[in-house]
Amino acid sequence: MINKVFKTPKEAIADIFDGATIMIGGFGEAGSPIELIHALIDQGAKNLTIISNNAGSGHVGLAALLEHKRVKKIICSYPKTAFSEVFPDLYCNGEIELELVPQGTLAERIRCGGAGIPAFYTPTSVGTPLAEGKEIREIDGKFYVLEYALKADFSLVKAYQGDRYGNLIYYKTGRNFGPIMCMAAKVTIAQVNKIVEVGELDPEIIVTPNIFVHRVVEVANPLHEHVLVSQNKKYPWTE
Amino acid sequence: MAKLVANDIPDGSYVNLGIGIPELIANYVPHGREVIIHTENGLLGVGPAPTPGTEDFDLINAGKKPITAIKGACFFHHADSFAMIRGGHLDFTILGAYQVSQNGDLANWSTGSPNDIPAVGGAMDLVQGVKNVFVIMSHTTKDGTPKIVKKCTYPLTGVAVVSRIYTDLAIIDVTNQGLKVIKLAPGIDKNTLINKTEADLIF
Repeated sequence: MINKVFKTPKEAIADIFDGATIMIGGFGEAGSPIELIHALIDQGAKNLTIISNNAGSGHVGLAALLEHKRVKKIICSYPKTAFSEVFPDLYCNGEIELELVPQGTLAERIRCGGAGIPAFYTPTSVGTPLAEGKEIREIDGKFYVLEYALKADFSLVKAYQGDRYGNLIYYKTGRNFGPIMCMAAKVTIAQVNKIVEVGELDPEIIVTPNIFVHRVVEVANPLHEHVLVSQNKKYPWTE
Repeated sequence: MAKLVANDIPDGSYVNLGIGIPELIANYVPHGREVIIHTENGLLGVGPAPTPGTEDFDLINAGKKPITAIKGACFFHHADSFAMIRGGHLDFTILGAYQVSQNGDLANWSTGSPNDIPAVGGAMDLVQGVKNVFVIMSHTTKDGTPKIVKKCTYPLTGVAVVSRIYTDLAIIDVTNQGLKVIKLAPGIDKNTLINKTEADLIF
């Protein structure tokens, strides 16, 4: 019997190791698997490379993972967001390495990582500092930059509903990087608001096919980052 | 300015709006026109801002502000979103800028200052793939320094990518001949515009 369901975020992320490369879904807080990230902070893995569009806000979720010095390098497109304090401090003090990638290039590098394509040419960033040192090729009279695929040891994503096979559907703009990150990791761990019976999700509307997902854990009422940030909460909770 | 831009977007267009002033354009689409607004984080069909108390923080725009979705809207993942952008499927993108040069180079992601946290987002993809790249910005910086220049001094977002510039003083097209002024703001004359612009202008 196939059963990818784990009881708790703690059990689902237990084997994440020091030095792992981890993709973390989300665009700002939408789609950010905050309970999985908090479990990872509790678990203690360090020296991580994180691939995520942003670098978190306030002192919870991804920002808290950075604040606890677990991350040596982040690959992202937009590390400064309203209320992001942790990343700017670490970056200015030279305590974290940043690989800045245009957002569409980041998405396509992840998609290719999951699709067996090692590299691709894109017009994005031609003639800018982000193309420096990269191979440029002229194709049909236009210039393109060579970009390499990204893969990860683990992906942590948030979806709306899933089943024990690992089929996933998402909620509104919380989908963002989730589906492509599921494809690009050796082990994909999805937190979902609800686990449903196999067969309940309409096969015509499943967004992430189960083959891309290895673990599913239910978090019925996920925390909202903007609420925690407005309350100035810090993870781990102090009271 | 946002109203002027909105007026220039034809019925049936697919439009991506950048962060800041461009977000306002959604409020000025003339009555009777259907314009589909794309947001890079995975939605075609951005609707009006939500009424206070109804915000859904899983339904946000590129600036991470809560939005609504119109009837007929659809959600998609990031690789599809940027396939729309890079693949030439969108008609217009409207972006802010630090500088635009006379051949249409755009600088809008970094001032290059060592204290600046580098962040690029989707700007470099948008300028390469969208059919018409419109810039909306103040004509000069707060201290009066021209933002329309012969050559950008800030790090570039793209080379020769801007099609049109809307400022508080004029509307200017980037053409093969150079920067062509197509409209002056009320009360602004030719000499005032020349004095506040570093690049050469064609009238």
